[in-house]
Amino acid sequence: MKLHEYQSKLVLSKYNVPIPQGRVVSTANEARQFAKELGGYVVIKAQVLVGGRGKAGGIKIAKNVEDAEKIATQILAMEIKGLTVKKVLVETAAIIEQEIYLGITNDRTQKKPVLMASAEGGVDIEEVAAKTPDKIVKVYIDPLLGLQPYQARNIAAGIYLPRENWQEFGMITKGLWDAYKGSDATLAEINPLVITKSKHLIALDGKMVIDNNALFRLPELAEMRDTDEEAPSETRARKYGLSFIKLDGNIGCMVNGAGLAMTCMDVIKHFGGEPANFLDIGGGADADKVAAAMRIILSDKNVKAVLYNIFGGITRCDEVARGILAAMEDVKPKVPMVVRLVGTNAEQGRALLSNANMITADTLAGAAEKVVAAAKVSTKGTEKVGASQ
Amino acid sequence: MSILIDKNTRLVVQGITGKEGLFHTSQMIDYGTNVIAGVTPGKGGDWVLNGKVPVFDSVKIAVEATEANTSIIFVPARFAAEAMLEASDAGIELIICITEGVPVQDMMRVRNYLDQRKVRLIGPNCPGLLTPGQAKVGIIPGNIAIPGNVGVVSRSGTLTYEVLNAMKNLKMGASTCVGIGGDPISGTNFVDVLNMFEHDPQTEKVIMIGEIGGSDEENAAEFISSNMTKPVAGFIAGLTAPRGKRMGHAGAIIEGGAGTAADKIKALEAAGVKVAKHPEEIPTLLN
Repeated sequence: MKLHEYQSKLVLSKYNVPIPQGRVVSTANEARQFAKELGGYVVIKAQVLVGGRGKAGGIKIAKNVEDAEKIATQILAMEIKGLTVKKVLVETAAIIEQEIYLGITNDRTQKKPVLMASAEGGVDIEEVAAKTPDKIVKVYIDPLLGLQPYQARNIAAGIYLPRENWQEFGMITKGLWDAYKGSDATLAEINPLVITKSKHLIALDGKMVIDNNALFRLPELAEMRDTDEEAPSETRARKYGLSFIKLDGNIGCMVNGAGLAMTCMDVIKHFGGEPANFLDIGGGADADKVAAAMRIILSDKNVKAVLYNIFGGITRCDEVARGILAAMEDVKPKVPMVVRLVGTNAEQGRALLSNANMITADTLAGAAEKVVAAAKVSTKGTEKVGASQ
Repeated sequence: MSILIDKNTRLVVQGITGKEGLFHTSQMIDYGTNVIAGVTPGKGGDWVLNGKVPVFDSVKIAVEATEANTSIIFVPARFAAEAMLEASDAGIELIICITEGVPVQDMMRVRNYLDQRKVRLIGPNCPGLLTPGQAKVGIIPGNIAIPGNVGVVSRSGTLTYEVLNAMKNLKMGASTCVGIGGDPISGTNFVDVLNMFEHDPQTEKVIMIGEIGGSDEENAAEFISSNMTKPVAGFIAGLTAPRGKRMGHAGAIIEGGAGTAADKIKALEAAGVKVAKHPEEIPTLLN
């Protein structure tokens, strides 16, 4: 789960990381009022969960109160990479001497958190990592011991940080580590951390990604989820405990198991089709969950055919069949559907669906071929209807 | 021969009185697995499954009473990290964690702790192990695989079932099937298992099933080209997965353009691995 900049900064500041004075607002009038409190010279930043806000014009400096209102009006009317800007962060604008990158993330290969810093902050760190990896200094943190002060000093020396800032830097790295650990983050990043004209360090940006699997013990962070930032179908799916990702194709798919769900997308593509979604109903799904999944798939108007591929283990094929039948009663799908049931109670499942007017298949490859063909026929059908209107 | 488990495995089930634990314990016993104990704190002294399996309050007590050497974990995600540490401290040598949804920072602590000791962890978020005809320690349906000489290792669950099923349809059997799990930090990776298969006399060929995210498959490719004499065929799921989205498994995510299926397929093919276009094709590549 990604946090907004203002949320990340709130978390970081709880762990003693200095941040500019600021407030998040949703109207230009509020922006004006708060800019006045801060003395007029402020930065206004769009709060959307995508990178590249600056390049898109979502971050601007206002020289006075009028300017602040005008800029807030502009930014609040923007859409950045498909996301509507609903909130802006109004902050004191800092006078910057140098921009630094500082971040902690999980290193899968080392199985440890890694603290990274670069004297060239403020830019896309992945680009720096790809083009000039020597400009990034790294230290691996023992997850059982935590970040040690000497590790922060080694990083400070590695990025040639002026010695007068080392103490502050030590406090900030410790704060970042504590925030990362205390929030079960998979990423905690300050980019840029700046040295101001008055020679102090301050976090001008903050980015945190929280481990979804840890939200059960982080109720305060769990409440910060911004569902405006995901497709409504994904929000609905999450409520039912379904793992769902909307894609751009026209073949819906319902599968049990994440690896198999991805594979079904790949096999559809291999046979010339385009998947409309990733959907894993999980292990042991009951009829209600299956019905919910089916409604979500069919609510996508692009969907011209649906593939059901269930390999019963813990999941029982008859239970899945019951879910499909239940959903068919109220959704009344008009698109062709291909079903393949294998494993636990597959025969009972097939028997239940024998009158449901579905195309059946024995193999995964066969099922994919059939659904791709069905989608093509179904798409042509719609085009004809469209032409005659 | 086989790897990791066989008919001599002495299994303790952590979380045996839960719904999942009880169901799969009964399935494992039906398959012939030597389940000798269960653990649920507070339920020591009970017996489950019509008196077949004694329940103990802790793994330590279970090990002392039964000399269990392998543990399987079915406890909820929030207790899973502790369960792994408990098993390790009780002297268990092989831990299989089925539980899905263990926080990744918990797993980093567990992994770094276990690495200092002589213990192997499989999973978490995995379907476990199956040595056809001998033992099943996990949730892989027993009837979809037959004994044979093909070692199978996979990051996925049901996708593996598809492959085992396709193998069985071709009368191709498995030596051992290892589900290493779909989490970003886990106990055992492809290289570990490939190494075991390379040294297992029963295993003559290997199937590996990977997916997007991380660099385990690339490391496996390097290992295969420099250390393996046995032929390997494979499949990588996620060619159509969008970047930056977590595809169900916590570890299945393309981050910063790294961990794509295309890169993994390229690395494996360069190492001489035959990579299938769809799962049912994999066994045919070994004929």
